[in-house]
Amino acid sequence: MRVYHFSEHPYPNAWDDPHGYLRVNLPNRALDPKIAADLFHRYHDEYLLADELGLDLMLNEHHQTATCMNATSIVSLSIMARQSKRARILILGYPIGHRPDPIRAAEELATIDVISRGRLDMGFVKGVPYEFAPSNANPVGVMDRFWESHDFIIKAMTTHDGPFNWEGEHFHYRQVNLWPRPWQQPHPPVWSTTASKSNARVLGERGYVIAVLGSGYNTRMLYDSYREGYAATHNGALPGPDRFAYLALFATAHNEAEARRRGELVASYLRTGGNVYPPFKNPPGYLSVDDTARLMRGFTPERSFTKDRRVVDMRTASVQDLIDSVLMVCGTPDQCYTQITDFIEYTGGLGNLLIMAQAGFLDHADTVDSLTLMAKEILPRLKEYKQPVVASAAA
Amino acid sequence: MTLQDSAATITVNSITVEVIEKGRGRPLLFLHPGIGLDRSAPVIDKLAEHARVIAPSHPGFGNSEQPRAFTTIDDLAYFYLDLLDEIDLNDTVVVGVSLGAWIAAEIAIKSTARLSHLVLANAVGIKVGARDTRDIVDIFAITEPELNKLAYFDPTIVERDYKAMAEADVRIVARNREASARYGWSPYMHDPKLKGRLHRISIPTLCLWGSADRILTEDYGRAYCAAIPGARFETIARAGHYPHIEQPDAFARAVFAFTQGQAK
Repeated sequence: MRVYHFSEHPYPNAWDDPHGYLRVNLPNRALDPKIAADLFHRYHDEYLLADELGLDLMLNEHHQTATCMNATSIVSLSIMARQSKRARILILGYPIGHRPDPIRAAEELATIDVISRGRLDMGFVKGVPYEFAPSNANPVGVMDRFWESHDFIIKAMTTHDGPFNWEGEHFHYRQVNLWPRPWQQPHPPVWSTTASKSNARVLGERGYVIAVLGSGYNTRMLYDSYREGYAATHNGALPGPDRFAYLALFATAHNEAEARRRGELVASYLRTGGNVYPPFKNPPGYLSVDDTARLMRGFTPERSFTKDRRVVDMRTASVQDLIDSVLMVCGTPDQCYTQITDFIEYTGGLGNLLIMAQAGFLDHADTVDSLTLMAKEILPRLKEYKQPVVASAAA
Repeated sequence: MTLQDSAATITVNSITVEVIEKGRGRPLLFLHPGIGLDRSAPVIDKLAEHARVIAPSHPGFGNSEQPRAFTTIDDLAYFYLDLLDEIDLNDTVVVGVSLGAWIAAEIAIKSTARLSHLVLANAVGIKVGARDTRDIVDIFAITEPELNKLAYFDPTIVERDYKAMAEADVRIVARNREASARYGWSPYMHDPKLKGRLHRISIPTLCLWGSADRILTEDYGRAYCAAIPGARFETIARAGHYPHIEQPDAFARAVFAFTQGQAK
């Protein structure tokens, strides 16, 4: 069992107006570079502490937003590759659906893998809907570009006998020959996120790590679709828990009241992260025509479920609702352990827990304490914990 | 609105599109804007009074097939040149509005062999202004009510409640929006090469302008017109970006006054 520490590197000082838009069009005069520098240093310190404590590290990137200052995740990845000592370093994700330059993405990731001496996990994502404006990538056809970019990066990383050429539908390169080539062979592990059963099955067929967020006690159907796809390409064998990941917000403390106080601060991520000017929320072609038509007609998909099948709206939910739907793991270390293992029993096996242990206004001292308790009082028990075994791929 | 009514189709190069065919006389190919083709639009009947109107939904729009390889307005222009060959149309008036006018211009720079006249209404498709200024309002960065205020002289005529509409009709709205992005996301609603090729248009050309358009400026429309040799510029009052919808009579009169010197 691995536990990855994650922070979006927020700039919460710009969150004061909860009715304003925090992404894409918030004028950057709202950011003071001196405060931003202090925040980066502080977040990096917390990552390095997580490394020392035996946790693994997850980074991501978003663009033009106060919710996440890692506009180009390669910078924080580079710092972690050099300064951390032992942790796995997961990027989740690299938005290759937005990027016009998969050759540079391959070079960046291979270099990170070498500098970290083989500690990179490569999470590829298509990118969130509101960032098709900042990237100017066409939202129409994004999954086609995602897979061609992926195919190119993997070929570039696994070709060692001289240059090749690439003349695809979307990308064209000559004399492709990565220097340095990646440390891990044949290439760093591939991860991806999904919320759809069809994509989950595709990830299973390829044997990549599937990462899920926001679905709570509705996650099992995605994992089962993954298992079906995996079995179909692995002679019926079922994937181990290391193929599954789940992201939850996280806050712990020695007593429940303090943990709940921290949970409220961390929850501000969910309560602000969706503040996006509506036209950017669903650019044309990002969703299928059928899904877009359903949204236009007022049907919003139910996403986050509790164990007793209540639907939770993550933007407005109380901390208790967030705990019930496993959008957040929160409480004393004992309570957190129980919440996590209850959920793992439900999923049928989950080897990678991704915890957003810092978000919003949760300060350095609280973050350090929460991470330390996770590492010293919860993680050792999770490592001892015996994962459930799924008998068959059928859902 | 009767968007989902069954329509005739035509297949060109294995690509099937829906098409309205109405009226008799000289062929008139009507190329709809990015919002699609309203099958019940009065302008079709007005144009059909004096012409054989052929009004397809472009590939990817309405219920027309979206070929995987089609990504640019250039693809649509070649598709329509093939369509003119397929049904052997000659002496054809091509009338386009907004994105449809962009397609019409891209057709005419390639070949006017089967065309007699070109009518471009509130055309997009070229770049005239500074590189750090949009010539064309970014329709993907504003809400639909904001867009309608800019596009129409009277925005109240297009207020729609999607929750009350049939699913098939809403799908078509979503499909038209997706196709508009497919062909016009970047470079945004223009072809950087087009302006320098407009000089090739050698047939009589009328640039119509719904004068209440705030998606485009009249200066943009006049610059477009000035790049086409001998083209004539006329405005239509009490109409915005879609003059064929807001002033169908005046629109049809202007088309025929130009192409036939009648019905004015």
